Amino acid sequence: MAEFNQNHFALFGLPEQFALDSTSLDQNYRRLQSEVHPDRFASASPHERLHSLQIATQVNDAYATLKNPTARARYLLQLQGVDTQEESNTAMPADFLMLQMEWREAIAEASEAEDIPALEHLLKTIRLEAKVLQEQLHIALDENKALHEASAAVRKLAFIDKVRADIEQAIIKLED
Amino acid sequence: MAYSEKVLDHYENPRNVGSMDKSDPHVGTGMVGAPACGDVMKLQIKVGDDGIIQDAKFKTYGCGSAIASSSLVTEWIKGKTLDQVMEIKNSDIAEELALPPVKIHCSVLAEDAIRAAVADLKAKQSSAKVAA
Repeated sequence: MAEFNQNHFALFGLPEQFALDSTSLDQNYRRLQSEVHPDRFASASPHERLHSLQIATQVNDAYATLKNPTARARYLLQLQGVDTQEESNTAMPADFLMLQMEWREAIAEASEAEDIPALEHLLKTIRLEAKVLQEQLHIALDENKALHEASAAVRKLAFIDKVRADIEQAIIKLED
Repeated sequence: MAYSEKVLDHYENPRNVGSMDKSDPHVGTGMVGAPACGDVMKLQIKVGDDGIIQDAKFKTYGCGSAIASSSLVTEWIKGKTLDQVMEIKNSDIAEELALPPVKIHCSVLAEDAIRAAVADLKAKQSSAKVAA
Protein backbone atom coordinates (compact mmCIF):
# COMPACT_ATOMS: atom_id res chain seq x y z
CA MET A 1 0.00 0.00 0.00
CA ALA A 2 1.04 3.60 -0.59
CA GLU A 3 3.06 5.25 2.16
CA PHE A 4 1.64 8.09 4.17
CA ASN A 5 3.50 11.39 3.99
CA GLN A 6 5.25 10.73 0.73
CA ASN A 7 5.76 13.72 -1.49
CA HIS A 8 2.81 14.14 -3.88
CA PHE A 9 4.84 13.31 -6.97
CA ALA A 10 6.34 10.18 -5.41
CA LEU A 11 2.87 9.11 -4.32
CA PHE A 12 1.77 8.90 -7.95
CA GLY A 13 5.14 7.67 -9.22
CA LEU A 14 5.66 10.86 -11.21
CA PRO A 15 8.85 12.88 -11.74
CA GLU A 16 9.14 16.03 -9.62
CA GLN A 17 8.61 18.58 -12.38
CA PHE A 18 6.05 21.03 -13.75
CA ALA A 19 5.44 19.21 -17.03
CA LEU A 20 2.77 16.64 -16.26
CA ASP A 21 1.75 13.32 -17.76
CA SER A 22 -1.90 13.74 -16.85
CA THR A 23 -2.87 10.27 -18.15
CA SER A 24 -0.43 8.67 -15.69
CA LEU A 25 -1.66 10.94 -12.93
CA ASP A 26 -5.30 9.97 -13.57
CA GLN A 27 -4.52 6.25 -13.84
CA ASN A 28 -2.43 6.18 -10.69
CA TYR A 29 -5.03 8.23 -8.87
CA ARG A 30 -7.76 5.70 -9.66
CA ARG A 31 -5.49 2.79 -8.70
CA LEU A 32 -4.51 4.38 -5.36
CA GLN A 33 -8.07 5.39 -4.63
CA SER A 34 -9.27 1.82 -4.95
CA GLU A 35 -6.30 0.55 -2.89
CA VAL A 36 -7.11 2.78 0.04
CA HIS A 37 -10.88 2.86 -0.26
CA PRO A 38 -12.48 2.65 3.22
CA ASP A 39 -14.65 -0.31 2.10
CA ARG A 40 -11.53 -2.44 1.87
CA PHE A 41 -10.74 -1.73 5.50
CA ALA A 42 -14.18 -2.44 6.94
CA SER A 43 -12.89 -5.45 8.90
CA ALA A 44 -9.41 -4.07 9.58
CA SER A 45 -8.12 -2.93 12.96
CA PRO A 46 -8.99 0.65 14.05
CA HIS A 47 -5.36 1.57 13.55
CA GLU A 48 -5.34 0.29 9.97
CA ARG A 49 -8.65 1.96 9.26
CA LEU A 50 -7.33 5.31 10.46
CA HIS A 51 -4.16 4.82 8.46
CA SER A 52 -6.09 4.05 5.26
CA LEU A 53 -8.29 7.09 5.81
CA GLN A 54 -5.27 9.33 6.22
CA ILE A 55 -3.79 8.02 3.00
CA ALA A 56 -7.10 8.37 1.16
CA THR A 57 -7.21 12.02 2.25
CA GLN A 58 -3.64 12.60 1.19
CA VAL A 59 -4.28 10.94 -2.18
CA ASN A 60 -7.19 13.31 -2.84
CA ASP A 61 -5.23 16.39 -1.74
CA ALA A 62 -2.21 15.35 -3.77
CA TYR A 63 -4.32 14.74 -6.87
CA ALA A 64 -6.03 18.13 -6.61
CA THR A 65 -2.66 19.83 -6.14
CA LEU A 66 -0.92 18.15 -9.06
CA LYS A 67 -3.87 18.41 -11.43
CA ASN A 68 -4.10 22.21 -11.12
CA PRO A 69 -1.13 23.95 -12.83
CA THR A 70 -0.97 26.88 -10.39
CA ALA A 71 -1.17 24.61 -7.35
CA ARG A 72 1.40 22.24 -8.89
CA ALA A 73 3.89 25.07 -9.44
CA ARG A 74 3.25 26.44 -5.95
CA TYR A 75 3.88 22.97 -4.51
CA LEU A 76 7.08 22.48 -6.51
CA LEU A 77 8.38 25.80 -5.20
CA GLN A 78 7.38 24.84 -1.68
CA LEU A 79 9.42 21.64 -2.03
CA GLN A 80 12.39 23.86 -2.91
CA GLY A 81 11.75 25.98 0.17
CA VAL A 82 10.41 28.94 -1.82
CA ASP A 83 7.36 30.79 -0.49
CA THR A 84 5.27 32.24 -3.34
CA GLN A 85 4.28 35.16 -1.04
CA GLU A 86 0.74 35.32 -2.35
CA GLU A 87 -0.45 36.77 0.97
CA SER A 88 2.29 39.34 1.42
CA ASN A 89 3.80 40.40 -1.90
CA THR A 90 1.61 43.12 -3.39
CA ALA A 91 4.17 44.62 -5.77
CA MET A 92 2.96 43.26 -9.08
CA PRO A 93 4.12 44.84 -12.37
CA ALA A 94 2.00 47.95 -13.01
CA ASP A 95 1.00 46.91 -16.54
CA PHE A 96 -0.20 43.55 -15.23
CA LEU A 97 -2.32 45.26 -12.58
CA MET A 98 -3.71 47.69 -15.17
CA LEU A 99 -4.76 44.70 -17.24
CA GLN A 100 -6.46 43.19 -14.19
CA MET A 101 -8.40 46.44 -13.71
CA GLU A 102 -9.40 46.46 -17.37
CA TRP A 103 -10.61 42.87 -17.17
CA ARG A 104 -12.58 43.61 -14.02
CA GLU A 105 -14.21 46.60 -15.73
CA ALA A 106 -15.01 44.52 -18.81
CA ILE A 107 -16.62 41.81 -16.65
CA ALA A 108 -18.73 44.40 -14.82
CA GLU A 109 -19.83 46.02 -18.08
CA ALA A 110 -20.64 42.76 -19.84
CA SER A 111 -22.52 41.42 -16.81
CA GLU A 112 -24.52 44.64 -16.66
CA ALA A 113 -25.36 44.37 -20.36
CA GLU A 114 -26.04 40.61 -19.99
CA ASP A 115 -23.60 40.11 -22.83
CA ILE A 116 -22.61 36.43 -22.61
CA PRO A 117 -20.59 36.37 -25.87
CA ALA A 118 -18.44 39.25 -24.55
CA LEU A 119 -17.81 37.31 -21.34
CA GLU A 120 -16.93 34.18 -23.30
CA HIS A 121 -14.57 36.16 -25.46
CA LEU A 122 -12.87 37.55 -22.37
CA LEU A 123 -12.65 34.06 -20.91
CA LYS A 124 -10.84 32.92 -24.04
CA THR A 125 -8.34 35.80 -23.77
CA ILE A 126 -7.71 34.97 -20.14
CA ARG A 127 -7.24 31.27 -20.84
CA LEU A 128 -4.61 32.16 -23.44
CA GLU A 129 -2.86 34.41 -20.92
CA ALA A 130 -2.85 31.51 -18.44
CA LYS A 131 -1.34 29.22 -21.09
CA VAL A 132 1.49 31.68 -21.71
CA LEU A 133 2.27 31.85 -18.00
CA GLN A 134 2.14 28.06 -17.68
CA GLU A 135 4.64 27.78 -20.52
CA GLN A 136 6.88 30.27 -18.68
CA LEU A 137 6.54 28.15 -15.55
CA HIS A 138 7.56 25.03 -17.44
CA ILE A 139 10.73 26.73 -18.67
CA ALA A 140 11.49 28.43 -15.36
CA LEU A 141 10.94 25.33 -13.22
CA ASP A 142 11.99 22.41 -15.41
CA GLU A 143 14.74 23.95 -17.49
CA ASN A 144 16.23 27.09 -15.93
CA LYS A 145 15.54 26.41 -12.24
CA ALA A 146 14.63 30.10 -12.08
CA LEU A 147 12.68 29.88 -8.83
CA HIS A 148 12.28 33.60 -8.32
CA GLU A 149 10.78 34.00 -11.77
CA ALA A 150 8.54 30.99 -11.22
CA SER A 151 7.30 32.46 -7.97
CA ALA A 152 6.33 35.70 -9.75
CA ALA A 153 4.49 33.69 -12.42
CA VAL A 154 2.52 31.83 -9.72
CA ARG A 155 1.44 35.16 -8.23
CA LYS A 156 0.21 36.29 -11.66
CA LEU A 157 -1.62 33.00 -12.18
CA ALA A 158 -3.32 33.42 -8.81
CA PHE A 159 -4.91 36.62 -10.18
CA ILE A 160 -5.81 34.99 -13.46
CA ASP A 161 -7.40 31.94 -11.78
CA LYS A 162 -9.54 34.28 -9.69
CA VAL A 163 -10.68 36.36 -12.68
CA ARG A 164 -11.40 33.19 -14.59
CA ALA A 165 -13.56 31.79 -11.79
CA ASP A 166 -15.39 35.13 -11.54
CA ILE A 167 -16.16 35.20 -15.28
CA GLU A 168 -17.36 31.61 -15.23
CA GLN A 169 -19.56 32.53 -12.29
CA ALA A 170 -20.89 35.59 -14.15
CA ILE A 171 -21.73 33.45 -17.21
CA ILE A 172 -23.52 30.84 -15.10
CA LYS A 173 -25.53 33.58 -13.41
CA LEU A 174 -26.64 35.01 -16.77
CA GLU A 175 -27.47 31.59 -18.20
CA ASP A 176 -29.75 30.76 -15.27
CA MET B 1 -19.20 37.13 7.09
CA ALA B 2 -20.35 40.16 9.03
CA TYR B 3 -18.70 43.45 8.14
CA SER B 4 -18.23 46.11 10.78
CA GLU B 5 -20.35 49.25 10.52
CA LYS B 6 -17.35 51.32 9.47
CA VAL B 7 -16.55 48.91 6.65
CA LEU B 8 -20.16 49.00 5.48
CA ASP B 9 -20.20 52.80 5.61
CA HIS B 10 -17.09 53.10 3.44
CA TYR B 11 -18.29 50.31 1.16
CA GLU B 12 -21.69 51.89 0.58
CA ASN B 13 -20.42 55.47 0.43
CA PRO B 14 -16.82 55.20 -0.72
CA ARG B 15 -14.89 58.48 -0.42
CA ASN B 16 -12.69 59.85 -3.17
CA VAL B 17 -13.31 57.29 -5.87
CA GLY B 18 -11.77 58.29 -9.18
CA SER B 19 -8.63 58.96 -11.13
CA MET B 20 -6.12 61.73 -11.61
CA ASP B 21 -3.78 62.41 -14.50
CA LYS B 22 -0.95 59.93 -14.12
CA SER B 23 1.45 62.11 -16.07
CA ASP B 24 0.94 65.18 -13.86
CA PRO B 25 4.29 65.80 -12.09
CA HIS B 26 2.41 66.53 -8.85
CA VAL B 27 0.55 63.21 -8.94
CA GLY B 28 1.94 59.97 -7.54
CA THR B 29 0.28 56.69 -8.53
CA GLY B 30 0.52 53.49 -6.54
CA MET B 31 -0.79 50.24 -7.98
CA VAL B 32 -0.76 47.09 -5.90
CA GLY B 33 -2.48 43.74 -5.96
CA ALA B 34 -3.04 40.83 -3.61
CA PRO B 35 -2.51 37.49 -5.38
CA ALA B 36 -4.25 35.53 -2.63
CA CYS B 37 -7.62 37.17 -3.28
CA GLY B 38 -7.13 38.85 -6.66
CA ASP B 39 -7.82 42.33 -5.32
CA VAL B 40 -6.35 45.26 -7.23
CA MET B 41 -5.93 48.75 -5.79
CA LYS B 42 -4.90 52.04 -7.41
CA LEU B 43 -4.18 54.97 -5.13
CA GLN B 44 -3.25 58.44 -6.40
CA ILE B 45 -2.03 61.42 -4.42
CA LYS B 46 -1.65 65.02 -5.51
CA VAL B 47 0.98 66.99 -3.66
CA GLY B 48 1.34 70.77 -3.57
CA ASP B 49 4.65 72.66 -3.73
CA ASP B 50 4.55 72.84 0.07
CA GLY B 51 4.82 69.02 0.17
CA ILE B 52 1.32 68.52 1.55
CA ILE B 53 -1.13 66.08 0.02
CA GLN B 54 -4.00 68.13 -1.39
CA ASP B 55 -6.05 65.38 -2.92
CA ALA B 56 -6.28 61.59 -3.06
CA LYS B 57 -8.27 59.27 -5.30
CA PHE B 58 -8.64 55.52 -5.41
CA LYS B 59 -10.01 52.76 -7.53
CA THR B 60 -10.24 49.27 -6.08
CA TYR B 61 -11.50 45.95 -7.36
CA GLY B 62 -12.03 43.59 -4.51
CA CYS B 63 -14.06 42.77 -1.45
CA GLY B 64 -15.77 45.23 0.87
CA SER B 65 -12.79 45.32 3.23
CA ALA B 66 -10.39 46.22 0.42
CA ILE B 67 -12.69 49.02 -0.77
CA ALA B 68 -13.18 50.31 2.77
CA SER B 69 -9.42 50.19 3.47
CA SER B 70 -8.63 52.27 0.41
CA SER B 71 -11.51 54.68 0.99
CA LEU B 72 -10.36 55.23 4.57
CA VAL B 73 -6.74 55.92 3.66
CA THR B 74 -7.74 58.56 1.10
CA GLU B 75 -9.44 60.40 3.96
CA TRP B 76 -6.48 59.95 6.27
CA ILE B 77 -3.74 61.07 3.91
CA LYS B 78 -5.25 64.37 2.75
CA GLY B 79 -3.59 67.34 4.46
CA LYS B 80 -0.58 65.27 5.52
CA THR B 81 3.04 65.33 4.36
CA LEU B 82 4.66 62.41 2.56
CA ASP B 83 6.68 61.56 5.66
CA GLN B 84 3.55 61.54 7.79
CA VAL B 85 1.62 59.19 5.50
CA MET B 86 4.57 56.79 5.37
CA GLU B 87 3.94 56.26 9.06
CA ILE B 88 0.45 54.85 8.50
CA LYS B 89 0.53 51.15 9.35
CA ASN B 90 -1.79 48.44 8.17
CA SER B 91 -2.59 47.71 11.81
CA ASP B 92 -3.99 51.28 12.16
CA ILE B 93 -6.31 50.64 9.22
CA ALA B 94 -7.33 47.19 10.45
CA GLU B 95 -8.04 48.56 13.91
CA GLU B 96 -10.10 51.53 12.65
CA LEU B 97 -12.23 49.26 10.45
CA ALA B 98 -12.32 46.36 12.94
CA LEU B 99 -11.14 43.95 10.24
CA PRO B 100 -11.20 40.26 11.13
CA PRO B 101 -7.88 38.34 10.80
CA VAL B 102 -8.79 36.89 7.37
CA LYS B 103 -9.15 40.44 6.03
CA ILE B 104 -5.92 41.87 7.40
CA HIS B 105 -4.34 41.50 3.95
CA CYS B 106 -6.77 44.18 2.68
CA SER B 107 -5.23 46.68 5.08
CA VAL B 108 -1.75 45.52 4.04
CA LEU B 109 -2.75 46.26 0.46
CA ALA B 110 -3.82 49.81 1.41
CA GLU B 111 -0.57 50.45 3.30
CA ASP B 112 1.45 49.17 0.35
CA ALA B 113 -0.59 51.37 -2.01
CA ILE B 114 0.36 54.49 -0.01
CA ARG B 115 4.03 53.49 -0.13
CA ALA B 116 3.87 52.80 -3.86
CA ALA B 117 2.19 56.17 -4.55
CA VAL B 118 4.79 58.05 -2.49
CA ALA B 119 7.64 56.15 -4.17
CA ASP B 120 6.21 56.99 -7.60
CA LEU B 121 5.95 60.67 -6.72
CA LYS B 122 9.48 60.81 -5.30
CA ALA B 123 10.86 59.09 -8.39
CA LYS B 124 9.08 61.67 -10.57
CA GLN B 125 10.39 64.58 -8.51
CA SER B 126 13.99 63.39 -8.52
CA SER B 127 13.97 62.78 -12.27
CA ALA B 128 12.48 66.28 -12.72
CA LYS B 129 15.38 67.70 -10.69
CA VAL B 130 17.91 65.85 -12.84
CA ALA B 131 16.23 67.23 -15.95
CA ALA B 132 16.33 70.78 -14.53
